[in-house]
Amino acid sequence: MEMPVPNGDVIASKARIVARLRGVLAADAVIEDATETRAYECDALTAYRCPPLAVVLPGSTAEVAAVLRICHQEAVPVVPRGAGTSLAGGALPTADAVVLGVARMNAVLETDYDNRFIRVETGRTNLSVTGAVEEHDFFFAPDPSSQLACAIAGNIAMNSGGAHCLKYGVTTNNLLGVTMVTMAGEVVEIGGAHLDAGGLDLLGLICGSEGQLGVVTEATLRILRKPEGARPVLMGYDSAEVAGQVVSDIIRAGVLPVAIEFMDRPCIRATEAFARAGYPDCEALLIVEVEGSPAEIDEQLGVILQIARRHDPVELRQAADEDEAARIWLGRKSAFGAMGNINDYMCLDGTIPVDKLPYVLKRIGEMSREFGLDVANVFHAGDGNMHPLILFDANKEGDLEICEAFGAEILKLCVEVGGCLTGEHGVGVEKRDLMGDQYAPEDLEAQMRVKDVFDPAWLLNPAKVFPLAASRQRRAVAA
Amino acid sequence: MIAPRTEAELAEAVAAAAGPLRIAGGGTRPVGKPVAGEALQVTGLNGITLYEPGALTLVARAGTPVVEVEAALAAEGQRLAFEPMDHRGLLGTSGAPTIGAVVAANVSGPRRVQVGACRDFLLGVRFVDGRGTVLKNGGRVMKNVTGYDLARLMAGSRGTLGVLSEVSLKVLPDVAASASVLIGGLSHEGAVRAMTAALGSPFEVTGAAHDAAGPDGAPMTMIRIEGFEAQVAYRAEKLRGLLGGFGEVWVERDPALVAAGWAGVRDVAPFHDRGGDVWRLSVKPSEAPGIAARCGAEGLLYDWGGGLVWLLVAEGCDLRARLGDFAGHATLVRASEAARAAQQVFQPEPGPLAAISSGLREKFDPRGILNPGLMG
Repeated sequence: MEMPVPNGDVIASKARIVARLRGVLAADAVIEDATETRAYECDALTAYRCPPLAVVLPGSTAEVAAVLRICHQEAVPVVPRGAGTSLAGGALPTADAVVLGVARMNAVLETDYDNRFIRVETGRTNLSVTGAVEEHDFFFAPDPSSQLACAIAGNIAMNSGGAHCLKYGVTTNNLLGVTMVTMAGEVVEIGGAHLDAGGLDLLGLICGSEGQLGVVTEATLRILRKPEGARPVLMGYDSAEVAGQVVSDIIRAGVLPVAIEFMDRPCIRATEAFARAGYPDCEALLIVEVEGSPAEIDEQLGVILQIARRHDPVELRQAADEDEAARIWLGRKSAFGAMGNINDYMCLDGTIPVDKLPYVLKRIGEMSREFGLDVANVFHAGDGNMHPLILFDANKEGDLEICEAFGAEILKLCVEVGGCLTGEHGVGVEKRDLMGDQYAPEDLEAQMRVKDVFDPAWLLNPAKVFPLAASRQRRAVAA
Repeated sequence: MIAPRTEAELAEAVAAAAGPLRIAGGGTRPVGKPVAGEALQVTGLNGITLYEPGALTLVARAGTPVVEVEAALAAEGQRLAFEPMDHRGLLGTSGAPTIGAVVAANVSGPRRVQVGACRDFLLGVRFVDGRGTVLKNGGRVMKNVTGYDLARLMAGSRGTLGVLSEVSLKVLPDVAASASVLIGGLSHEGAVRAMTAALGSPFEVTGAAHDAAGPDGAPMTMIRIEGFEAQVAYRAEKLRGLLGGFGEVWVERDPALVAAGWAGVRDVAPFHDRGGDVWRLSVKPSEAPGIAARCGAEGLLYDWGGGLVWLLVAEGCDLRARLGDFAGHATLVRASEAARAAQQVFQPEPGPLAAISSGLREKFDPRGILNPGLMG
């Protein structure tokens, strides 16, 4: 993975820069010792690492602004960091960069059940947002798999999704407002507790901009009243095509499940060995969950089960109680851990039109044989967001490179069938150089012009999202 | 008038434009500052290019009439869940609203409060920027975070950043049944409290509106539920119980009456035959009655549980002066051309945001030819 050559002038000025940062932050909020900055050398894309020049952990929006003003004046690149759970290298530093972590800013600022929002500092974890409102039976809908650890800052930067997007949407659909600090250190308020924008939808633009347009320090999030209940069913099929057809038929029947999850045989076997959820050994497994009162759930599941039976399932399992429901989810929820138990893996995130599912799975199987690496598939089938996990051995010379080449082919396939490179993880550095497969040069130019408006010097997370060659000139002018 | 029939012709027309362009779809929503310029009529870019009911996805050229989109969806038992408002009755216009204009103005309806706005259902766009370059963003899949989200930026930009040529939308299944839970005689504050209780319930209320002067002049609060037959019956009863403390509650189950009632809210029917300027406010619901009280409105309709306030005021009224400082935004939706030219039609933005917005306009439309000045 190519990263820009660090700016030697910045590295040479480290002592002065650190001293200035210490001037505006608490003593323990500036980390510059090489043994300590190492903790920030990568995010969850651990294949790539580089300790930053320094790390700052500000405690307030005002401190973030002070840090950014200094970095702006000193022309220091800044890499914003939430909880460091990005699978795309969104928080990968360079040697001349200051990592700005918002982890210490995790307060709940306001909860308002009448107006159905919560305002939090963005270092707060996703799950603890729901944690703050669940005693009133409310929740925050986006639920990425990393929700125990990931920060709202990262959810906003990557426009994160989760298993329940089919019904509740992704982060951008649940974000009402932000307090954001620009690279120049100016604090701006966008949106609020009201709905939609009065002028241009700047909030929609900020969400998913991967920390390249500003540092979001506070967020107003929509909270929803929890449904009366939820219940999953599990169904197993002997072919991916049939399972894909079941998904399509359920959607066409007018039922909108809250989640439709898909696992293939390699994934089922791995999770069985790990979690022993009692899944059937079959080609394709679906978990479909619906919400409502017990009677409402029965009615919806009635429709779903009728469709499921029509397609000759090898297994059809309903949950009679909470315990059985938890067991149905157990394997799915431990899928990533199970895969990690077997091997190193790379988790992809392409989205495809739902009807292309069988074709894409077949092609991935063929490619798996060509590249000589196993793949397990586990994903959100209702919205076509795939998560192929390519297994490789990080200690084996050349295996990572083969895995990356294989991954790139899968993502290109997603684009080719009408989908996209990333559905919820973001581009980061991981998919940066594939952007040209999805977008024409002028499309990328239009996006880079947006960054020019917010961060003309290209100091915020500069080596992400755009192919390095495409952004080179802009970054060079800045340096 | 320029009337391209293809995206390529549209791009050529914009590239070749010597002066400002006034971009028009069906011409049913003359909202914004009057624009002096040559008309660029997009209705020639017409037709649904892809519809996959099993994937809940529809792609249409920008000039496709909304009625055509809705008919195609209805044939498969699906719908545009964001329920776009039809402005013709309120603005006294004729013609056929187009799907591109719905996106360009981010037009939604009562269901916005539950399922989201037009912008929340937008999966991707193709458009022509002010240079005449064809650009695309997003696509046709439901989850897509590949690069910056220019699609959402285009939604609501009213043709000032680019001319939409194609839009890709998420659609949803239509429902088998619906009902309105009605409460009569509530004060503004009482109505917002009742709507808040309904929206805070687990019954997935898909509409919460209050007409300060209902059909017979008396206040009427309306709560909508939708779903399966048994589900709607169950939820209507639950809500009737939940809201019993606010006033006399009854349930309307006649599908035609329920549909007509919500179409009236969506299209602001109470103001159709009345003169005066019409303003649209997006506010924090609990603050709505207080803000409305200082406006001296002649007509008042709350939607989105109070989060959306429609105000009818005397012609030429300087409402922004009456509103003063408030959290949210106000748009002058109906007024004479002269009044729209003289007033700030859209909410003035604070300095730093205004600078960002104008910076973006300069990048997308460096010559300033796309609906110049329309958004102020």
